[in-house]
Amino acid sequence: MSEYKKPNTTEEFEKNFSQKKPLMNPTEAYFESSRCLTCYDAPCIQACPTGIDIPLFIKQIQTKNLTGSARTIYSSNWLGNACGTICPTGVLCEGACVYNHQDVPPIQIGRLQNYATSMAIKQEKRLFTAGQDNGRKVAIIGSGPAGIACACELRTMGYSVDIYEAKSKPSGLTLHGIAAYKITNEEVTEELDFLTNQLGLNFICNHAIESKEQLLSLESTYDAIFLGVGIGPTRSLALEGEEKENVVGAVEFIEELREKQESMSIGKKVVVIGGGNTAMDAASQSARLGAEKVTLAYRRDKESMGAYDFEYKLAISAGVDSLFRAQPVAIVGDEKATGVEFVQTESIDGKLGYKADSEFIVEADLIIKATGQAKCLPLLNLIDQLDLDQRNKIIVNENFQCTNPQYFAGGDAVNGGAEVVNAAFEGKQAALGIEAWLNNKQS
Amino acid sequence: MKPDLSINFAGIKAPNPFWLASAPPTNSGYQIMKAFDAGWGGAVWKTLGVPVINVSSRYGSINYRDTRMAGFNNIELITDRPLADNLKEIEEVKKYFPDHAVIASLMVETKAEWHQIIKDVENAGADGIELNFGCPHGMCERGMGSAVGQEPSVLKTIVEWVMEVAQVPVITKLTPNISHIVDPGLAAVQGGTNALSLINTVKSIVGIDLDTFAPYPVVDGKGTNGGYCGPAVKPIALEMVKELAKHPEIMNTPISGIGGIETWRDAVEFILLGAGSLQVCTAVMHYGFDIVREMKSGLEEFMIDKGFNTIEDFRGKALPNVTEWKHLNLKHKVVAEIDSDKCVGCDLCYIACDDGAHQAIRIPEDNENRIPEIIEENCVGCNLCSLVCPVEECITMVDRPYEGEPITWHDRTEAGTIPTTFDDDRAGGKHHFVPTVQDALKHRN
Ligand SMILES: Cc1cc2nc3c(=O)[nH]c(=O)nc-3n(C[C@H](O)[C@H](O)[C@H](O)COP(=O)(O)OP(=O)(O)OC[C@H]3O[C@@H](n4cnc5c(N)ncnc54)[C@H](O)[C@@H]3O)c2cc1C
Ligand SMILES: Cc1cc2nc3c(=O)[nH]c(=O)nc-3n(C[C@H](O)[C@H](O)[C@H](O)COP(=O)(O)O)c2cc1C
Ligand code: SF4
Ligand code: SF4
Ligand code: SF4
Repeated sequence: MSEYKKPNTTEEFEKNFSQKKPLMNPTEAYFESSRCLTCYDAPCIQACPTGIDIPLFIKQIQTKNLTGSARTIYSSNWLGNACGTICPTGVLCEGACVYNHQDVPPIQIGRLQNYATSMAIKQEKRLFTAGQDNGRKVAIIGSGPAGIACACELRTMGYSVDIYEAKSKPSGLTLHGIAAYKITNEEVTEELDFLTNQLGLNFICNHAIESKEQLLSLESTYDAIFLGVGIGPTRSLALEGEEKENVVGAVEFIEELREKQESMSIGKKVVVIGGGNTAMDAASQSARLGAEKVTLAYRRDKESMGAYDFEYKLAISAGVDSLFRAQPVAIVGDEKATGVEFVQTESIDGKLGYKADSEFIVEADLIIKATGQAKCLPLLNLIDQLDLDQRNKIIVNENFQCTNPQYFAGGDAVNGGAEVVNAAFEGKQAALGIEAWLNNKQS
Repeated sequence: MKPDLSINFAGIKAPNPFWLASAPPTNSGYQIMKAFDAGWGGAVWKTLGVPVINVSSRYGSINYRDTRMAGFNNIELITDRPLADNLKEIEEVKKYFPDHAVIASLMVETKAEWHQIIKDVENAGADGIELNFGCPHGMCERGMGSAVGQEPSVLKTIVEWVMEVAQVPVITKLTPNISHIVDPGLAAVQGGTNALSLINTVKSIVGIDLDTFAPYPVVDGKGTNGGYCGPAVKPIALEMVKELAKHPEIMNTPISGIGGIETWRDAVEFILLGAGSLQVCTAVMHYGFDIVREMKSGLEEFMIDKGFNTIEDFRGKALPNVTEWKHLNLKHKVVAEIDSDKCVGCDLCYIACDDGAHQAIRIPEDNENRIPEIIEENCVGCNLCSLVCPVEECITMVDRPYEGEPITWHDRTEAGTIPTTFDDDRAGGKHHFVPTVQDALKHRN
């Protein structure tokens, strides 16, 4: 039974989706920053995919040099503010904090990071300047974290950058994929405006790149092209009845939720299929939207789930029920889906097998598929000499350069779907790769 | 657009004012090169001089709650490495870092020894010399260190010996273990020193082992007084720097500020009181050379914020505001205000004021949240509550207007209106109520 009532007003929505990592107040920031030991060669830095100098920025908060602190953070991570609240810090920086070894709570690095950058954003501190025009042009396809990071880094080096985005707003999954209790739409927009105002980022929205002609034109206009296209819509399950209107993909469901907020409607009984973090997010948010019964169905056992333990616990604490060893075999119902038919699974020599005659139906008026994303193959297949690996991830070298040398790539499209912080790192590295490649070509 | 942090201190140039103080972090060329690489602008080499032997177990510290080394103490002597090795390394460091300041700290006994060692370090390429008249343990028992620093006339003689031969700028480092810092400061200036630095360590015992009854650091069941430094000594150092920087016969002599510098804020404070360079020991012994990055970043942001382009733009800027008590405005009035939204109800302010100050805070009886109230007519504006309050920006001291022109004790002395009876409006008995003696025991019934 869900713990949440359906939110009807903005206040009720904000209550149900209250931020997991709210902005610190000055007292919290003071005490928390004072606790940091300033470790040498700190393990927290090593655990941060962007390698932020954590003890330095924390000490800068402690000494009330918030501008310097924000500078330290942004010099490593162009999405420093968003990452502070949405990074899975328990498995990254905070998981590595030395305090864990003596069972003292680790430093709340993410929230401190968010605190310093929020102050800089609120006070419109000038932290960056675009480099002098170097005459080079780069096109970026996709305005998610990878594209933004790449664009920012290139701008500081004096590149002219155009960012093509299929959707009506920039930001990618930060704006329409991350759970609403981790970050608000305003926060995402404020950080992007902060970067855009100082670096002059040129977003060309509602402009999908989807034809060979468009690609040829980009190739002839720009010195390099960065692919930050992510991994696309939810993958099909190839299930009977999947096309029914109340069967939706998790990514699409969350996108609609992030946009509609309290005006989003939700079924009474929801089944979420999948065992990854996206499934946890979809289930958790269904419960927070007031669904009466939310069932999370996964085909293997609990230990095999890809989701982080804390994400699973968060879903359970929101009132979600879990169903393990259940493989969906069909969507049932006439016009609309009324449930999912499952078969029980068992593992035979490590392989998934089905128990005979174990079919059962779970009733549902909304079915959410959280079974992975489809990858952006239609676009990627149009690009000459662009190699993908077996799992359709773009192959890049250590400079994030593709097998077609005019192309660079980073983010989910390369790593197959990781975190915003990885996309931020890879986008930045790709910018440095572009610079190195063009310099090399010139000389 | 970045501000210029470079300095020219008595002729010694450095890319920034952050120098390592003469101490273990400057024991070797290895350490000093590593420090310059990390961003330090200069280093005062660990004091060179007569041969010594060190003991094992050398440091002690004050851990204030969870803060380690809030105060630090040592019984180490000057360098125990051969002079020749040090000279060779000075030469090498200068080869790699020609634009950084390398200053040789010296401590010997006789005039001939002084003349010789000055020649040696100058030949090795030192950019300056610092005379160590500070060490308050061990060396002073042999007639050096603070034994010299505490005798202005002896100090002056040695500075004169040094100035006879020195080709590079000479900094005289002072001990704080003296009643009037101006006495040795003035003696050094009269002896011809090019600059002053202070403070060296403060004579101290940091603690006693409760089982062996010996002072820390314990050496085979015994201990001795050591030299105290670190964050705890900053206020003493700031005051002494100010004393010298305001003295008419000393004020034109550059001062290198030392004592408890750990963050950019400490550094700015020393500069505002007149310091032209800064030296750091304990903070580096605690965290390593990398801390200079926080200091430089903070200093730069401060300068950008205030529109200062160089260190000289704000050096000494607080000095005009440091005055004598008699020049303070007697009419100025501040009172405490509690932000009840932020208050957590610890009531530390209440008990601090009631037991430790002026009975100007009450806890309303029907108050479930334990939020105290200021009794404004009793509040003398002492600041105590705002100092004990654990919440940031919860208790603020707010200005209250007063009538007429400001007046100081000095003005009243001049005007012949010095009170002959107790007439402070804010004191007990006038507008301010004092609880009765019996009120103290009310809780018993
Ligand atoms: C449900 C869900 C929850 C998540 N939760 C977290 C979390 O809590 N914390 C975390 O750190 N990460 C989380 N992630 C992962 C994170 O969102 C991604 O790793 C990150 O956004 C990847 O960034 P990207 O720039 O590579 O791609 P995306 O963010 O996917 O951005 C790609 C952009 O490219 C655009 N695009 C695609 N094709 C084209 C085209 N042909 N032409 C023009 N534009 C195009 C898309 O519209 C999109 O805007 C979550 C992901 C999902 C799906
Ligand atoms: C272990 C130790 C050894 C020191 N040795 C010397 C020395 O050889 N010569 C000297 O002039 N000062 C010496 N000092 C004093 C420091 O240079 C410095 O003046 C003092 O520590 C105050 O600065 P701080 O608070 O940053 O530590 C020493 C201090 C310490 C802690
Ligand atoms: S590991 Fe923890 S204590 Fe150490 S520097 Fe990092 S945050 Fe601070
Ligand atoms: S700090 Fe180094 S020299 Fe000192 S006791 Fe520890 S290991 Fe030994
Ligand atoms: S000390 Fe501060 S927090 Fe505590 S009761 Fe007083 S005002 Fe409130």
